[in-house]
Amino acid sequence: MRRVAIAGVGLTKVGEHWSMGLKDLFAEAALKALDDAGTDDVDALYVSNMCASTLQGQLHLGAMMADAIGKSGITALNIEAAAASGGVTFHEGVKAIASGLSKSVLVVGVEKMSDGLPESVLATQSMSEDQEYTAYTGVTNVGLSALMYRQYTEKFGAKAEDIAMFAVRSHENAEGSPHAQYPFKLSIDRIMASPMEADPIHMLECAGIGDGGAAVLLRPAKRASDGVEVAATSVATGAYYLSGMRDLVSFDAVRLASERAYKAAGISPRDVDVLEVHDETTIAGVISLEDMGFAEKGRGAAYVAKGNTTRGGETPTNTFGGLKARGHPLGATGLYQIGEVALQLLGEAGACQVQDAEVGLAQSLGGLGSTCAVTVLRRF
Amino acid sequence: MKTSGTVGIVGYGAYIPMNRLKAEEVNRVWGGSGTPIEEKSVISIDEDTVTISVECARYAVKRAGIDPGEIGAVYVGTESKPYAVKPCGTIVAEAIGATPRVTAADYEFACKAGTEAFQTCIGLVSSGMVRYAMAIGADTAQGRPADALEYTTACGGAAFIFGKKPDRTIADLEGSYSYVTDTPDFWRRGLEMYPRHGNRFTGEPAYFSHIIGAAKGLMGELGTEPKDYRYAVFHQPNTKFPINVAKMLGFGMDAIKPGLIVPYVGNTYAGSTPLGLAATLDISAPGDRILVVSYGSGAGSDAFSFVVQEAAPGERGSDPSVSKFIARKCYVDYSVYSKLRGKIHR
Amino acid sequence: MGCGAIHFPRRPVCNVCGGRKMEECKLGEAGRVVTWTTIRNPPAGYDASTPYVVALIELDDGGRVLSQVVDVAPEEVKGGMRVEAAFRRVKEDGESGIIEYGYKFRPVIE
Repeated sequence: MRRVAIAGVGLTKVGEHWSMGLKDLFAEAALKALDDAGTDDVDALYVSNMCASTLQGQLHLGAMMADAIGKSGITALNIEAAAASGGVTFHEGVKAIASGLSKSVLVVGVEKMSDGLPESVLATQSMSEDQEYTAYTGVTNVGLSALMYRQYTEKFGAKAEDIAMFAVRSHENAEGSPHAQYPFKLSIDRIMASPMEADPIHMLECAGIGDGGAAVLLRPAKRASDGVEVAATSVATGAYYLSGMRDLVSFDAVRLASERAYKAAGISPRDVDVLEVHDETTIAGVISLEDMGFAEKGRGAAYVAKGNTTRGGETPTNTFGGLKARGHPLGATGLYQIGEVALQLLGEAGACQVQDAEVGLAQSLGGLGSTCAVTVLRRF
Repeated sequence: MKTSGTVGIVGYGAYIPMNRLKAEEVNRVWGGSGTPIEEKSVISIDEDTVTISVECARYAVKRAGIDPGEIGAVYVGTESKPYAVKPCGTIVAEAIGATPRVTAADYEFACKAGTEAFQTCIGLVSSGMVRYAMAIGADTAQGRPADALEYTTACGGAAFIFGKKPDRTIADLEGSYSYVTDTPDFWRRGLEMYPRHGNRFTGEPAYFSHIIGAAKGLMGELGTEPKDYRYAVFHQPNTKFPINVAKMLGFGMDAIKPGLIVPYVGNTYAGSTPLGLAATLDISAPGDRILVVSYGSGAGSDAFSFVVQEAAPGERGSDPSVSKFIARKCYVDYSVYSKLRGKIHR
Repeated sequence: MGCGAIHFPRRPVCNVCGGRKMEECKLGEAGRVVTWTTIRNPPAGYDASTPYVVALIELDDGGRVLSQVVDVAPEEVKGGMRVEAAFRRVKEDGESGIIEYGYKFRPVIE
């Protein structure tokens, strides 16, 4: 299998883009990535998206987006794995290069959520769950997190404020982030005073709604000047129902995906210099940190509260703001994470730069941890 | 009306939703001062006549200890059907496991729709056409805001499963009598949300004349007198009417007290007499004779004479008694009541 | 069937022992609350009941089910609380469409 390099990165600002549709967001990101790579050569397009079929009534995104950038004729397709779509689609794009079947693959995540009414967006997000048995109860994705949150605090005595610090840290790191939706600090007091979203999780502990496009161009790694290579990608699934979860305070899929990725890349958690974690809710971020081995089970909240995940800390996490502050355009998020890790390793992170970053990891979750995609990038 | 062979009640179940609206709350909003009852039951936002019917049907099946597949008929008597066309009966039959070998339908005869269903079930069982037949009286009665009936229009129901000897029965039927005339005391046209009524016309020429007609008709046929009855259950649209008709017929307060739940629950319309009977069966003892006389506007009364067979309620299973449902309560104010009853919408 | 695990919803293959032979059984009707949350921002179709409680319930027969818990104020729900199955309206297809009835749980009436 060939080694794969990241040749270009293109990210749009995450926000409410009232005058941009799916195609516009896609094109801005894709063309930016191509310009960054200094090439127009693409032989395969992998589009990552979750909501278009419901919020825009739009299917068949592969062909649509290939056409949008004047590339009709190439291989093109759309991949969906709930909020893990980005990481999963990237995994498939990497395989296309690694296998030798393609030589220039554009992987682009795009999502447009601001057109939907809040209750429609919530219902769409719930489509990641079994419609007849889980979404049927009216539970939202934050609600599912809340069910785990309560078990977590009961089992480990973790403090609500410590868990909420995950959002504080993500916002701290978003300051200076050029493409973040909310590039400003958010205090713990404001978070704890915000209304409950799904008890006991506060509204400001949850990622918001935004539009965005994130693109990465992949090609075979040949020269050291290629900069960043893909050290590993892995995708694992976990229990699809809360009622079938082995352990209500752990995501088995996260543990499996990260273990496989560490093995393939020949690394362990302490080798990771830059980490992008799926903080759709603060508790999801905390549990993910633990299941990837960055903190002991039950000690993740304290680890974050102590300052270990700041830009200068032991494990710089969500260095451009994460899902909470950079934003979470569902199908694009995974590619934002991967693009951000690449920018860090290339030294192109500007105000958000983490010094001497050699190895970075991006983790994406779909549903209640029923899909996890882990990507490890490494500087040449 | 007499049956061939002895028909009896093999199981019964009740259900009353937990919300309550006090009469004084209605007065607070509309400036009245009446208190025909203390408080009435109000459904939650996710309840309706079908859910009430299923709940009491499930309790009835449990209490009967029978295989629901042997229930050959399910009838729901109500004037508050969620579907104008699609019987509540089919949903209940499916939910309790009586389908597909079952006949099902809904009955309408205002507040006596439930006991109408009693008559049909008794006939089906008596003829041997089915082994068990279930009759449910349930309603989520709608009160027109500021109308006198708003104090009392309530939600609840009870289900009765009829069977025939030699099956084990809780109470046996001695006979029944239906007294029906065309009397327009209270009605609702097809697309109207609220019914209308003839005010004082609903009293003597309607409620009283039909209940008395049916009661006297039945006792005449059976050769019984008020003193032969330990208990009597009369339709209870408010607290005064059943007390008065009992007195007029010669029954004392002791006889009607156990079944008189209207002060704390309100008028559950088609559920009213069935719930009164359930409450009475809850505390009765073998050998007790019970007179049951319903009333439905339009108008008519069904009278039944039962003799309790089985031992005390404690031995009839641990399912909630009517008194437990009455005790299970949570007060709502007029605005929440309005939301729950669909009078105000998002 | 092999390992005796109870599954809800039903599944074609057991995720505990990998067995394919399943038998339909009636689930226990009562159990206890394991964990719960209160939904304050509902998805489309669920706004009528907001705020409502959703809980993971462990039935007496060992099976687990995710369901709403009704007939109790959200602040009164406690871990370990005894609940029983109830038949309620879940949602409806507008004013003229089909009403979807189903299961929710409520504190045991005793």
